Amino acid sequence: MAKFKKKKDGELPQASTAALPDIVFMLLFFFMTVTVMKDNSLMVENKLPEADDIEKLNRKNDRVMYIYAGKPVAGYEKFGTEAVLQLNDKIAQPSELKQYIHAERALRTEEIIPFMITALKVDKNANMGLVSDVKLELRKENMLKISYLSVKKPEVK
Amino acid sequence: MAKRSIPEVNAGSMADIAFLLLIFFLVTTTIEQDNGITRKLPRWEEVPPPNPPIIKKKNIFTVVVNKNDRMLVEDELMELKDLKKAAMEFIDNGGGVGTEGEKCDYCQGERSESSSDHPSKAIIALKNERETSYSTYVAIQNELGAAYTELRNREAVRLYGQGNTFTRMNAIYKDPKVKDDALKAKLDTRLKNLKKMYPQIISEAESKTN
Repeated sequence: MAKFKKKKDGELPQASTAALPDIVFMLLFFFMTVTVMKDNSLMVENKLPEADDIEKLNRKNDRVMYIYAGKPVAGYEKFGTEAVLQLNDKIAQPSELKQYIHAERALRTEEIIPFMITALKVDKNANMGLVSDVKLELRKENMLKISYLSVKKPEVK
Repeated sequence: MAKRSIPEVNAGSMADIAFLLLIFFLVTTTIEQDNGITRKLPRWEEVPPPNPPIIKKKNIFTVVVNKNDRMLVEDELMELKDLKKAAMEFIDNGGGVGTEGEKCDYCQGERSESSSDHPSKAIIALKNERETSYSTYVAIQNELGAAYTELRNREAVRLYGQGNTFTRMNAIYKDPKVKDDALKAKLDTRLKNLKKMYPQIISEAESKTN
């Protein structure tokens, strides 16, 4: 019958690539929602101490204000070998914290300010002197909620 | 002459490749999550209050860490692993009456005369030097926090049944994905109650410079 064309021998039917963009977008969206952009590069060593009595802190929460501290990494030796603070993307002194807190507060709405949490990302080899200075400044600025960020201790059985 | 058709690339396996990539990234990446020990700092006072309340020595549990990361608990040398138990015994002692004159009817401690009166009066005083390492400090804060959490968990299970530990209820309460308001309100009252039974009182003196 003439209506049915005879298939040529050995030819594969064409696969539809229409779904390919969907797959790629799915991947893209997956990574967009799941990952957090690194907003500032670390200039200090940042190995967090271990703990197990910990609470989760939502990273996308805009209540959280980060303060980094640790020894300057290679390339930043001019800041010495003792632990220093890093605020945003520069090395700072504890006396500069006040300014930083004001700048961070200005970024947030009025309602959030009383609930702000300071997340201390301090290297485990730092000493408490620096941390005490930070805590004193925070107290003076009435930023009383803090969180010592740490990694979960592997369970010992 | 008939047009010669360009041979099409077979894209049938593209989906397989995409899934392979997806699975590869799923397995290799860790979605970073911030975890931390949350604490509340005391309010800053320009001038110390004129009449500080008098606190009995037996209601204070002193923890001192020196610059070599050695720890003195109640003037005795102690290892980190024993700290939680010692702190729990101190908090849970319940030897006297609380701030409102009530007896601690849920405490399971020894009710010794020489230890704390009531969990609401029991103060843990933590003192460190400037040279103390941060990892030791966090480890100690962790143990002290764990002592409170364990006591709260114990009471939570006793009052609200198996599985309803303080840790779990707190996690559900803090989870932004949980939208059930009735559940949240219920958890809120429970958590507040547990926090009232064992309030976390960790006092930190300003570290000395020497």
